[in-house]
Amino acid sequence: MIGEATFKIWRTHPGGDGTFQTFHTTVSEGMVVLDVVHRIQAEQAPDLAVRWNCKAGKCGSCSAEINGNPRLMCMTRLDDLNLWEPVTVEPMRAFPSVKDLVTDVSWNFRVKKEITKFTPRTPDAPDGTWRMAQRDADRVQEFRKCIECFLCQDVCHVLRDHGKHDEFIGPRFFVYTANLEMNPLDTADRVPDLKERYGIGYCNITKCCTKVCPEHIHITDNAIIPLKERVVTRYYDPVSRLLRVFR
Amino acid sequence: MDVIPVQIASRGFGSTTRRDYWWAAPLAVFVGLTLFIVYATWAAFQNAHYTYGPYLSPFYAPELWGDSPHAWFGPKPAWIPAGIPFSPALLILPFPGLFRVTCYYYRGAYYKSFWADPPGCAVGEPRSSYWGERSFPLVVQNVHRYFMWIAVIFLFLLSWDVWLALWFRDEATGATRFGIGLGTIVLAVNVVLLSCYTLGCHVMRHIVGGAHDEVSTRPVCDRAYACSSSLNYRHQLFAWLSLCSVAFADIYVRLCSMGIWTDLRIL
Repeated sequence: MIGEATFKIWRTHPGGDGTFQTFHTTVSEGMVVLDVVHRIQAEQAPDLAVRWNCKAGKCGSCSAEINGNPRLMCMTRLDDLNLWEPVTVEPMRAFPSVKDLVTDVSWNFRVKKEITKFTPRTPDAPDGTWRMAQRDADRVQEFRKCIECFLCQDVCHVLRDHGKHDEFIGPRFFVYTANLEMNPLDTADRVPDLKERYGIGYCNITKCCTKVCPEHIHITDNAIIPLKERVVTRYYDPVSRLLRVFR
Repeated sequence: MDVIPVQIASRGFGSTTRRDYWWAAPLAVFVGLTLFIVYATWAAFQNAHYTYGPYLSPFYAPELWGDSPHAWFGPKPAWIPAGIPFSPALLILPFPGLFRVTCYYYRGAYYKSFWADPPGCAVGEPRSSYWGERSFPLVVQNVHRYFMWIAVIFLFLLSWDVWLALWFRDEATGATRFGIGLGTIVLAVNVVLLSCYTLGCHVMRHIVGGAHDEVSTRPVCDRAYACSSSLNYRHQLFAWLSLCSVAFADIYVRLCSMGIWTDLRIL
C-alpha cells in the first residue's frame, strides 16, 4: 500500500484558539499515525508540536484523538483507518492544550500525589520479606500494566464534558487506588477518600475508559466497580454496618 | 512552559469528530430495552394465558394468588381492592425488574441510551449539570445488592418450576407422569441463563470474595470468587441472553396456551 492520504491535524494559534490544518502526504505499508505526523513534521510543518517517546505503545506519550477516538498515535495503524476520507488528529480534549497535539497532563501527577501511599504490613519473615499467594498478586497485577497514557481520563465524560477535575480523580487513579487498596500487603484505608475526596460516586459506569485502554485493563469491572462496592459496604449498606457493630 | 487553555471544539449535544457508527450500540440498547419493557408490561397486565399444562410463565412465577393450579395461596384475596388492576405478575415482576434496573451493566447502558449521559464515548452531552451516582436520586442505585439476594431466591423458585414442568398430567386417567416437553427445555434454559447472569453479577462477585484482599486464604470464597469472576467476564452477554430468554419463555407459554403453538413432547 503506497499512496496519498489527507490528514487534518489540529494546530493552535498564538491567541490560544486553533483549527484543523490539512496536509496531503504519501503513506506506505506498515505506517502508523505517528509515522505520518513525523513525516508531515519533517517535510511540511517543522513547527508541528507532538509528544512521543517509545513508539511501541509502552510510554503513553503520544495520546491523541484520531477520527474522534482517543488512541495512541503509535499504535494506530493506517490499515485500520479509512484513508479515502481525511483523517483527523487532535489533542486530548480533557486537558488544556500546550501546542498543537501536546496537552498539559500535569493535573494527573498532582492527583497521584494526593492518593494515600502504599502502607505495607509488618514483614512476615524475620528477613524483612512478605508472603502472599500468587492468585492474590495476580488480581492487582493487571492494574500495574497501566502506562499512564491518560486516554481513559480523556474519554471519561465526568472530566471531559463536566470538568470535575477538582472533585473526581478519574479512571486512571481508580486503577491506581485499586492497585493499592486490593494489595494483600497494604494496610491503609482509602475507602473514606474514595467516597469523599476521589469522587467515585460520579462514575456512572459507561465503560468508555475500558474501551479506550491500550493495555486492555478491565478498568470498570475490575477496579472501579469493586471499589464502588467497598464504598457501598462501608456507607450505604445498613446490614453491613450493623454487622460491623457486633464484630 | 505556559499553558494555553483551548476550547478545541463545540461541546454541544452530539458533537464529536468520530466517524464510526457510535450511535448504533446505544440505539440498539434503546430499542431492545424499550421492546422488553413494553412487552413485559403488556404481558403482566394480561392476567391470562400464563400457564400451559405444567408450564408457568417466568413473568408470573411464583404465582402467589391467581386462578391457575400453580397459585400458592389460591385465587385473588378479597383484601385487594376490586378497583386496582390485579395480576400475579404485578406482585412479583418489580423485584427482578429492579435487580436489572440497578445492575451495573444496565446502568451504564441506559445512562447512555435513554439519558445521553453521555450518548456515546467522546460524544458531547445535552446537559451541562451532572451529579452522577453521588447524590439523590441515583445514589439509590446502591440498593442493588439487596435486589441481588431477591434475585437469587427467584432462581430457586424458577428451578422449582422447571421441576414441576417435568410432570405432565394425563387428561384421560388423571395420573401424573414424568415427561419432557420443549417448554420444559425453554424454562430450563431460561433458569440457566438467569443463573449465569445473577451469579456473575458484580455484587455477587464482591460478596463471595472480592471484598477480601487475600481471598486465597478462604478456600470456599476463593473458588466462589473464581466462578463468579468467570461469569462476570461475560456479564453483558448473559444480561441480554437472560432478558431474551425470560421474554421468550413467556411468549412460548402464552402461545401454547392460546393454541397458536403446539408444545412438542420429547419424552
